[in-house]
Amino acid sequence: MARPSVGTSLPRVDGVAKVTGRARYLDDLDAPGAWHGATVRSKIAHGVLEAIDRDPAFDWSQVVVATAADIPGRNVIALIQDDQPALVAIGAPVMHVDEAIALVAAPTRELAFAAMRAIVPRVRPLPAIFTVEDALAKRELLYGTDNIFKQFLIRKGHADDAAFEAAIAKAAHVIEGNYYTSPQEQMYIEPQAMMAEWKGGICNIVGSMQCPYYVHKAMKAFLGVERDGVVITQSVTGGGFGGKEEYPSMLAAHVATLAKVAKRPVKMVYDRDEDIAATTKRHPAFTKHRLAVDAAGEIIAIDVDCVMDGGAYLTLSPVVLSRGVLHAAGPYRCPVTRVRGRVVATNHPPHGAFRGFGAPQTTFAYERQIQKLARLRGEDPLALRKRLALRTGDTTSTGQVLGVSVGTDEVIGAIERAAGMPPARDGLRNGTPVKRGRGVAFYFHGAGFTGSGEQYLAGKATVAAIDGGRFEVRSSSTDIGQGAITIFTQIAATALDVEPARIVVIDPKTSLVPDSGPTVASRTCMVVGGLVEKASRELKAHLAANDGVREVTTQYEPPPGIAWDDATYTGAAYPCYGWAACLVDVSVDVDTYEVHVDRCVHAVDVGKAINPVIVKGQIDGGTLQALGWAVLENVLYKDGKVINANMTNCIVPTFADAPELETMIIETPYPYGPSGAKGVGEIPMDGPAAAVANAVEEALGGVAFDALPLSPETVMKAWRS
Amino acid sequence: MKLVFEVNGEARTAGVSPWKRLLDVLRDDLRLTGTKEGCGEGECGACTVMLDGEAVNSCLVAAGQCEGRVVTTVEGLARGDVLHAVQQALLACGGAQCGICTPGIAVCAAHVVDRGLVTGDEAAARAQVRELLAGNICRCTGYQLIVDAVIAAVREVSK
Repeated sequence: MARPSVGTSLPRVDGVAKVTGRARYLDDLDAPGAWHGATVRSKIAHGVLEAIDRDPAFDWSQVVVATAADIPGRNVIALIQDDQPALVAIGAPVMHVDEAIALVAAPTRELAFAAMRAIVPRVRPLPAIFTVEDALAKRELLYGTDNIFKQFLIRKGHADDAAFEAAIAKAAHVIEGNYYTSPQEQMYIEPQAMMAEWKGGICNIVGSMQCPYYVHKAMKAFLGVERDGVVITQSVTGGGFGGKEEYPSMLAAHVATLAKVAKRPVKMVYDRDEDIAATTKRHPAFTKHRLAVDAAGEIIAIDVDCVMDGGAYLTLSPVVLSRGVLHAAGPYRCPVTRVRGRVVATNHPPHGAFRGFGAPQTTFAYERQIQKLARLRGEDPLALRKRLALRTGDTTSTGQVLGVSVGTDEVIGAIERAAGMPPARDGLRNGTPVKRGRGVAFYFHGAGFTGSGEQYLAGKATVAAIDGGRFEVRSSSTDIGQGAITIFTQIAATALDVEPARIVVIDPKTSLVPDSGPTVASRTCMVVGGLVEKASRELKAHLAANDGVREVTTQYEPPPGIAWDDATYTGAAYPCYGWAACLVDVSVDVDTYEVHVDRCVHAVDVGKAINPVIVKGQIDGGTLQALGWAVLENVLYKDGKVINANMTNCIVPTFADAPELETMIIETPYPYGPSGAKGVGEIPMDGPAAAVANAVEEALGGVAFDALPLSPETVMKAWRS
Repeated sequence: MKLVFEVNGEARTAGVSPWKRLLDVLRDDLRLTGTKEGCGEGECGACTVMLDGEAVNSCLVAAGQCEGRVVTTVEGLARGDVLHAVQQALLACGGAQCGICTPGIAVCAAHVVDRGLVTGDEAAARAQVRELLAGNICRCTGYQLIVDAVIAAVREVSK
């Protein structure tokens, strides 16, 4: 009997390679003969590409140039809809600044960039739109007949708008609020990087990515090949956070095209400024929220209308919006709910996946509303949440009856016990006068794909007995720092009852691993980890029976009683939810208006921590991304161009900005996850920003902060008015 | 220029432009790829190396400034298979996630630990670590477990 590895903090399997610098990321790989690629981009937000001019003074004999005419298959990045080209063709529309127009490759990076600068796209400008209001007013038509990429309407407890308004009319109080959340840069420290090489008619692509099979699907269409015509391999990946979910398909298309034209391997590694300017961000969102309560303070109706800026192409916007609206009513009991969501086209670069995936935007709105309710009623904010929160047997806004693994009381109880006395309002921080305040937030996050998504995906994983008494785990789940390799090792070792050292989790390569689905949506541990656990158990039984079976592949099956109706958006939106509560104490500098988070306590229900240290690292990291989003991060656009596209101006928290993080792991087991585990990756991102805004409101005696970030400028304006 | 300098205890030479970034000399000419580029403008610290014992951003140092000087990169921290106390602590405490910032953090933290720059009680020591490592950005960890690791390394070294 091996000691069960699950539940222990096995040091990261890839840890030694990482602390010694031996781990090889894409730009570290030996690439003999590889040329370097660079991208010619639009400076215009909207227009028509008329020509691509080359400087005649430049020596073009040393470089290759590729345009849309050189694309081997279809000029699309296949994802949800095939509306985004890899390169703008002559005569076709340019939809955003920094859209890719042409590619160059050269023996050196310097020469490639020189050639890139010697190519000038000629674009006939058209009027552009940069606000959701202009998009909804159809000031320019960028998409379909109404600029709306996707919309949802979720009704609970009422038949139509008239019935809904009748319910609202019965309220003792209606709290109305308008909330804005800003775009956010993922800021993985390894920029986007990819390399391609054609050998024997097969295109081999290796690079930094979250989802090898997303790239594979996109490349089959783009290159016009079947399954075996393109092989995608993930290299060690220096962070993703959603930013390497969909964009790597674009980069893969570019290096594959250049490698074909140059007839040699080509690699592209983005500079930081290019990465910030051209790749996806968190969707900025505008959320109107009405919270109707009766005289006893019970919620009787919730009305949400959320509009997100999707940017120039559809990309993943419909699913980001979906997750946003499905979380928009919050983890609170309410009989009558109406949630409307729209994501619209603008001439911004496409917004996309980022940890939380729409939920942080709507969570900010509802947790500000609940705070306002607490102020209105003079009720303790945490006690109010405890009183109104969903528990087992309650129904969500989609009518899902919550069954097992509802951690409401556990996470709120943990915060109650850790809270201690709130800080005195007036005080000094480093000798400077400050106002202090405390804020809390409570939220949930669906684990895994929405609705019938997991069934549709039908993810697979394989566990095989190999030589030397070892076992090989094959899946397309990528380790992007979150510890997938290590937890799969632990799950397999425990299920096979062997030492972790006998488990080998192989690198994701589409020719060797089955499609386990993408590495997104807090699903890697719960869903794919579950497949690994099941395959390991079945393999163990086969080996015990000595029946010759040495390899088992399992495929996802939904837990019993899970039903979802995509047409009405009702039913079980997610197989289960993570639950979390956060408490922050802030100080606001009365001279500089700077908001500092002095204390942050975060209790997160993860079902079961397969590896407590790794889980803590996930929660800590997500928490700080949320605190950064709350007070100092932002992406600034001017005429559709990112104007802070460098790390000097597009800031993220440093060691000195971060508070000590008091993270508490709560375990309310989910019976259908491996050893009871459910999702953890995203939920820490959802709520801390609202907790900070709630705390600043308390610190400043009720001045409401309904827009992110709470920068000194915002705080000054709100306070002075 | 013919650059002659010491890297990780060995005399090395490289024929490079004096304007070439030390980062590129290390990565391209010496194939020491442990040192990473995260931003190229001295903000993220992923390219941190020690130059004559001081932590510097190697993306902001020109080859011409390195003649005759002593450089230590992440590859020079361990003694054979024996990890530096900081590397051991990062591993044990969970201070490395995606790992791309880790070489820079390991070098900077080794500098901080080896020089004995962290003193005082737990709270004071943690505040010092946060100040001393503020030039190294990590997007994965929220810094908490890295601070734990550096403190653990300080305690280990002072045993």
